[in-house]
Amino acid sequence: MTTQTATAPRAGDPQAVSHKIRDNKAKKVDPAFIWMLVPAALVFTVLLTIPLLTGVFYTFTNFKGYGDWHFVGLTNYKNLFSDDIIWGSYLFTFKYAIVASILTNIIALGLALVLNSKMKARTFFRGVFFVPYILPVLVVSYIFSYLFTNNLPQIGQALGWEWLSTSLLANEDLAWLAIVVVGVWQSVAYNTIIYLAGLQTVPEEIYEASALDGAGPVRRLWSMTLPLIIPYLGINMVLSFKGFLGVFDQIVALTSGGPGTATQSISYLIFKNGFQGGEYAYQTANGVIYFLIVVALSFAQLRFTQSQERV
Amino acid sequence: MTATTANHDSAGSADSLLGKAEPEVYRVRRGSKGTFGRTNWWTTLLAVVLSLTVLVPLYFTVVTAFKTPEELATSGWALPRSWSLDNFATAWEMTSYPRRVLTSSIITVGATVFTLLSNSMVAYALGRNMHRPWFRRLYYYFVAALFVPFPIIMLPVVKETALLHLDNEAGLILLYVVYGLAFNILMYTSFIKSIPEELEEAAAMDGASRWTIFWRIIFPLLSPMNATVGILTCLWAWNDFLLPLVILTDQTKATLPLAQYVFQGQFNTNYPVSFASYLMAIAPMFLVYVIAQRWVISGVMRGSQK
Repeated sequence: MTTQTATAPRAGDPQAVSHKIRDNKAKKVDPAFIWMLVPAALVFTVLLTIPLLTGVFYTFTNFKGYGDWHFVGLTNYKNLFSDDIIWGSYLFTFKYAIVASILTNIIALGLALVLNSKMKARTFFRGVFFVPYILPVLVVSYIFSYLFTNNLPQIGQALGWEWLSTSLLANEDLAWLAIVVVGVWQSVAYNTIIYLAGLQTVPEEIYEASALDGAGPVRRLWSMTLPLIIPYLGINMVLSFKGFLGVFDQIVALTSGGPGTATQSISYLIFKNGFQGGEYAYQTANGVIYFLIVVALSFAQLRFTQSQERV
Repeated sequence: MTATTANHDSAGSADSLLGKAEPEVYRVRRGSKGTFGRTNWWTTLLAVVLSLTVLVPLYFTVVTAFKTPEELATSGWALPRSWSLDNFATAWEMTSYPRRVLTSSIITVGATVFTLLSNSMVAYALGRNMHRPWFRRLYYYFVAALFVPFPIIMLPVVKETALLHLDNEAGLILLYVVYGLAFNILMYTSFIKSIPEELEEAAAMDGASRWTIFWRIIFPLLSPMNATVGILTCLWAWNDFLLPLVILTDQTKATLPLAQYVFQGQFNTNYPVSFASYLMAIAPMFLVYVIAQRWVISGVMRGSQK
């Protein structure tokens, strides 16, 4: 900022030298800056932009991933909309992402409030609750897969609950819930951290003032804490929703998209049919649609963040 | 985000300057009302109960890893009869554990080191030249990658890395460095703007080149951001499954998570051995976490506020 307000050098000014440097900077770019950027820009283009462009290009062809191909125009996109498997995967992914985001945020917010209170061994508990975040999703999913197939049915049988007496993962109607459990178990950690950061921006003085005025804990939570951390709630919801839309590892480890096609997420479908099903072009078109959804979401997030910052 | 914290800080210091007498009043109130200052045993109890949701699956993983299949069938929750390391030995050999750890370490260390060195440099060059249109365009070009979900480029990237002979550890490192760029630039540039340029001008007058300025002055000053970016990159590269799955064509170069996947297909009946393997896959990062817990959490916290 200071460089733009700097004025022309004046003779006899003791600061003239530094002004001269500033002026030079305004006119000429230090070549070192160029050298710092060029390699990164090149590698970035080769490994990200070119794949993106070739991917989009192939969506207008019938490329299988190997062999010959020719242009088919918008056929892939048209077919996407009349494909039950695609619709199924979007339905599952959105259902999963909505339920998982809501659950994650409710739990994370509650947990953050607990961890932010004047409790014993706060640092220790923060450490414990953060553990799921540092574990690989795949391994966590395998561990839960065992719990779902072996331990939970035992509990279900003991309690006489029919829906829990067999593996959730083999149940076409409930398998998605099992994936929700694993997804939420792991993401609560990160969201809690964001809420904790948010809670720290709430000045303690207002609590003390409200306590003097006789506001109870529920009242304080509802009319002071929540309104003050609403921006964090908004960002968290969008971020976790975006994250859950890309669910992949859990699907691979827990259900492989089954039973049937009940839990095929979008990214799993792109991976599976794109690589092994000879649907390279078609699934990349699916990826483009998915991309557009993510972009729309991101702009919604941006708008939301900006509107909050203006307040 | 930084603006609000700054305001908050100044407000806090102003308060402490103004109201010297007031804390006395508060302290009396605190004591009588019990909401502030005193340990809240209810939330502590709640935290204990809730932490079971994290600890029970971990407990289960540990005890299962030490059992025999027969023992597991009869007693799912009980402690193992003997703490034998046989399962670990089997898993160690089946997954060629030392080689997996080496591969995962090479990839994680490589990705983290190169990310820190290159991404901070890119962010510096951009951050100091945001008033120039071309630099600003380049900035948006990099940051736009935040919106690109991996599945859309997955298939072409796999073809391309195979073509360029990057379907190996080096390729993975490069991909982590490049795919992290968008987010890391956001992290670094906001911080770089807060570093006064006068510092660099002074060094320039002493004859330091731009490179010297970056490595000797800016890079050390970036430490808090380096820690955050380092931790996030490290966790990502170590735990990632999808990229190694699609990029690494040579099975002998599998990473730790990838090895669990390969392992699962071959030995899915012997749960204790699988669990021993899971535990071994988790262990290195878990140990690092236990030692560096405070930094990891604060690093991630800083990253989450962006």
